[in-house]
Amino acid sequence: MKKWLLAGAAAALFSLGAVAPASAEYMKEHRGGTMRILAHQAGGTIDPHINYTLQYWQIYQSVYDGLVNFQKADGADGFTKVPDIAEAFPEPTNDGKTYVFKIRKGIMFSNGKEVGVKDVVASLQRIFKVSSPTAGGFYSVIVGADKCLKEPKTCTLEGGVVGDEAAGTVTINLTRPDAEIFDKLALPHAVILPADSPTEDVGSNPLPGTGAYMISAYDPNKGLTMVRNPHFKVWSEQAQPDGYPDVVNYDFGLTEEAEVTAIQNGEADWTLDEIPADRLAEIGTKNKDQVHITPLTAWWYAPMNTRLAPFDNVKVRQAVNFAIDRNALVNIFGGPVLAQPVCQVLPPGFPGHVDYCPYSKDPGAKWSAPDMEKAKQLVEESGTKGQKVTIVPDDRAVSKAVGVYLQSVLTELGYVADVKPISTNIQFTYIQNTNNKVQISVSQWYQDYPAASDFLNILFGCASFTEGSDSSINISGFCDKDIDAKMQAALALGVTDQEGANKMWAEIDKAVTDNAAAAALFTPKHLDFVSKRLGNFQFNYQYYWMVTQSWVQ
Amino acid sequence: MTEEAAITRRVSRGPWATAMHRLARDRAGMAALVMFAIILALCLLAPVYAAWAGVNPFTSTLGATIVLDGNTVPVMEQSTEGLGLGYNPIGPTWELGNYFLGADNQGRDVMARLLYGGLTSLLIAGAATILTLSLATIVGLVAGYFGGLTDIILARILDVLWAFPVYLLAISLSIVLIAHGFEIGPITIESGSLWLPIFIIGIVYVPYVARPIRGQVLSLRESEFVLAAIGLGVPSHRILLRDILPNVSTTLIVFVPLMMALNMLTESALSFLSIGVQPPDASWGTIIQDGQGLLYSRPWVALAPGIAIVLCVLALNVLGDGLRDALDPRSKIRLGGG
Repeated sequence: MKKWLLAGAAAALFSLGAVAPASAEYMKEHRGGTMRILAHQAGGTIDPHINYTLQYWQIYQSVYDGLVNFQKADGADGFTKVPDIAEAFPEPTNDGKTYVFKIRKGIMFSNGKEVGVKDVVASLQRIFKVSSPTAGGFYSVIVGADKCLKEPKTCTLEGGVVGDEAAGTVTINLTRPDAEIFDKLALPHAVILPADSPTEDVGSNPLPGTGAYMISAYDPNKGLTMVRNPHFKVWSEQAQPDGYPDVVNYDFGLTEEAEVTAIQNGEADWTLDEIPADRLAEIGTKNKDQVHITPLTAWWYAPMNTRLAPFDNVKVRQAVNFAIDRNALVNIFGGPVLAQPVCQVLPPGFPGHVDYCPYSKDPGAKWSAPDMEKAKQLVEESGTKGQKVTIVPDDRAVSKAVGVYLQSVLTELGYVADVKPISTNIQFTYIQNTNNKVQISVSQWYQDYPAASDFLNILFGCASFTEGSDSSINISGFCDKDIDAKMQAALALGVTDQEGANKMWAEIDKAVTDNAAAAALFTPKHLDFVSKRLGNFQFNYQYYWMVTQSWVQ
Repeated sequence: MTEEAAITRRVSRGPWATAMHRLARDRAGMAALVMFAIILALCLLAPVYAAWAGVNPFTSTLGATIVLDGNTVPVMEQSTEGLGLGYNPIGPTWELGNYFLGADNQGRDVMARLLYGGLTSLLIAGAATILTLSLATIVGLVAGYFGGLTDIILARILDVLWAFPVYLLAISLSIVLIAHGFEIGPITIESGSLWLPIFIIGIVYVPYVARPIRGQVLSLRESEFVLAAIGLGVPSHRILLRDILPNVSTTLIVFVPLMMALNMLTESALSFLSIGVQPPDASWGTIIQDGQGLLYSRPWVALAPGIAIVLCVLALNVLGDGLRDALDPRSKIRLGGG
């Protein structure tokens, strides 16, 4: 998932454990009050089947539920999947291609209607009817999805999703086994909505959900308000616990600087936005008790277009990797407390990650220093010296600073380099489209769910590249048939042997890194700055800070 | 000698000499001229300063160190207090040639960038002014002199162009052109080229100058010497160049410093919004933008170019007023948009 989306690591590595301590005692003491949280701007449509931003995925956690869900728990336990609207995880049948979900009884939408089989069936159809951004990527494995992708409005997922009202079950049939189907069903794009929900983007009109809260008002120019769902009763503390504040006001419009000051003054409780660089030292000393820093399974990288000169030459791509001083980039991001240098695709702590860094002064497991001598030698061998190269970062401070730094590196390597920062609103789609002939860019990737394929297959798989499309997430245009075949084999193996699959992903990670389709820069950490009154801060690795699990009184 | 004799012996100055004499007696105008000349001279010395200081203001030097009070210190400093958050560039040392104004977030010498930035800002403002005045003069002369349908068409085009808020138009053009550059027939301007902001700023202010020029020409067109020239069968182009243009030249000269100031502000605004001068090049607007993220910890990065813009624009405006008073004391031309 693109920036401001989700972080993660190995679901398989983590067992069921710490559940949010929404104990009765705490509830009695801290329940109530109004929380005020801030963001510079709104996150777009409020439709959970369409919105693809961390900003609202974070909010959806206490508003909507899927058949299954990621556990509402602190830290890496947040990667653990638990049954939610479904009573339990079904055992796969039909060679891993069929799952029968038994729907819980007594769960109510915030409009007072009970969740039924028809709601589940309609919701899965609606993913396609509203052309959810992940409909093709995540849910195309469902039988009938091909037809739905071609004709969304008449989607029925015939043969793919079958409801049985009498038995209270929904059967999902897949075209092939998919080891990640529960991860995908746990995402907000597959939450259960009332069957009569509009089959088009609802924009700023919130849809009823089943969570502890409901969105009572949403104005993208002003803010969003969440209040308690009057029909909510806890059915699973792990999937959907009760929350502490009575009301959450999410206000938009302040600048990042003003947001920090508001929190310092006790006028707000949290901000979504990155803390401005010039305020970091200040809050790190004056407000250090209000700061929470958490490692992310995310990746800052510089995709290099493997189909355009000079980066169609692997030696050039490797040279860039050797030349980059990753410590300098870490410092641009805020210093070693907030980021760590990396050379490979899979972030530390992720399934399949094995430390590997061939692009260092001392090649081995970890990056130590740049090797400019080696880099220059590779450029000489490539015969591309003197060519013109344009770097395309977005226009936010850190991204632009990384772009300017890369311009210096490329200039030192002998290229005629310039930087072309582009508005953040369009940069991500701009760099994907081959028509724009972007040679090298600056981008970030934050996991959708904890699986190696979400980095390697999504970012470097042949199927992720589409000529002339704004949705060609394989920005490098990298397509190695052998590596791609190994990815498909690892995906298939994951259905039966996740550990074996992860070993394969480690090898694939090395192969992609050796081919240098991108320059790995660093893994960021997340900084949350909260008010003094905010208690019980918990950071879920899947969906970040759990808003309603904190109290304000 | 009688008073009458003295008057008959006095050699009258020409109009230009009279204007220069008036300007020389305008203390505010002369002070502004001197201030602008100093700023221009300092900016022209940018390469000399950078060479003397041993810095490259366009290259990241995040790992660089400098000697300060006998101690070697890094240009970028890691915070060591509290949680150790943040990585700040060194602040002003107030030692010329040694990060006088400190470093920016790429570890670059702000003083060197300030001088280079000034050079770029002045170059863009100057070139855009030439472009604006040239186009405005042509349009104003043709519309005002030929009148009729030609005037209606040109005047309405100017009205339409001027109906757009200047900054909105400039921002829109910049956003479109910055990404892909500009190509019309044989004219190609690559994205990132300084010619793009020059072209954009030069175009958006054409109506601002062309409209008063047109008005003057409409008036001159009906004057006796022009009517006489037409009556004698003098060709139009010759009347325009020999009779009318000299009569609007004082207006054009008054516009030069005023447009320079206006263009400099527009360039700074566009560059501040990342749609003017592109990194790693510097202009005062881009340096302010670089400094925006350091406002709390290193305010001089943004303050220094801000002060430079204020001084420069002030000097140009006061000089413009002085020139107007000197060249055409009865002129009603005032800065303030049309």
